[in-house]
Amino acid sequence: MNDALDSGASPENGSDEPLVLDYTVVKDDFTRAGEASGDVKKKLRMAGINPAAIRKVSICMYEGEINMVIHADGGGIRVEIYGDRVRMILKDKGPGIKDVDKAMQAGWSTASEEARNLGFGAGMGLPNMKKNSDSMDIQTVIGTGTTVTMVVNY
Amino acid sequence: MTVKDLIDSGEFKIINDEGDTAAEITDVFCCDLLSVAMAHAPGGSAWVTVMANMNTLAVASLTGVSCVILAEKAEMDEMALSKARQQEIIVLATDKPIFKAALTVYGKLAK
Ligand SMILES: Nc1ncnc2c1ncn2[C@@H]1O[C@H](COP(=O)(O)OP(=O)(O)OP(=O)(O)O)[C@@H](O)[C@H]1O
Ligand SMILES: [Mg+2]
Repeated sequence: MNDALDSGASPENGSDEPLVLDYTVVKDDFTRAGEASGDVKKKLRMAGINPAAIRKVSICMYEGEINMVIHADGGGIRVEIYGDRVRMILKDKGPGIKDVDKAMQAGWSTASEEARNLGFGAGMGLPNMKKNSDSMDIQTVIGTGTTVTMVVNY
Repeated sequence: MTVKDLIDSGEFKIINDEGDTAAEITDVFCCDLLSVAMAHAPGGSAWVTVMANMNTLAVASLTGVSCVILAEKAEMDEMALSKARQQEIIVLATDKPIFKAALTVYGKLAK
């Protein structure tokens, strides 16, 4: 996840250089999940971004981060903070998502018993991400992994 | 009612009171499913739940609830406790079931 910034990053809005943050997410590390979202929240606050937008970014990040921990084998998150928006790219190694339309439905979940015991598995994570982002894209390859890209405008 | 007022009522055990005890409690919210709480817990609310782990604290912090109330004798382990202190999330506890715990807070809010 430390390779150079994807050069295809929205060229039409490319006039402002983003602040780039990189995080590593570890499989099954339930206890540290949420640290990346917490850190981004702190940085956005310091940048004076409006609280409603910060809440949206936090929700998107946290739900995505948890999914990488409980459904995949971990991966990396890149956050790009621009003057008018935040772009989050969550890339995991993992099983991929067989049926994205189904996964997007509220209440649909394959969460493990362990994850459910911790309070996950309502099947609301992806719908939350969709609802709180201004755009969301899921690229998934079965047996390889999933990349979720979300943008929140301020 | 502030978080301090709720603490001072003596109805709840104090698990962590290092944080913003002057915060106003605006509402009461009950849910154990974290992504539902993430979506719907109102900022400033007292969140009543039986989930007492690190992820509860992450959701509490991201939603900006005024305090977490652990119902049904739910207990936090040492690691979660130190995270609550570090993140300054007020955590209270009770033996009562969720509904009764929430009702207790609600009764005080209404006054
Ligand atoms: N990164 C991922 N890799 C593989 N599968 C995923 C990934 N993210 C989501 N899924 C699949 O999509 C389903 C729905 O995800 P969603 O986040 O909406 O619900 P959940 O994680 O099961 O429960 P909740 O988020 O409410 O705790 C998951 O149960 C899982 O099958
Ligand atoms: Mg999820």
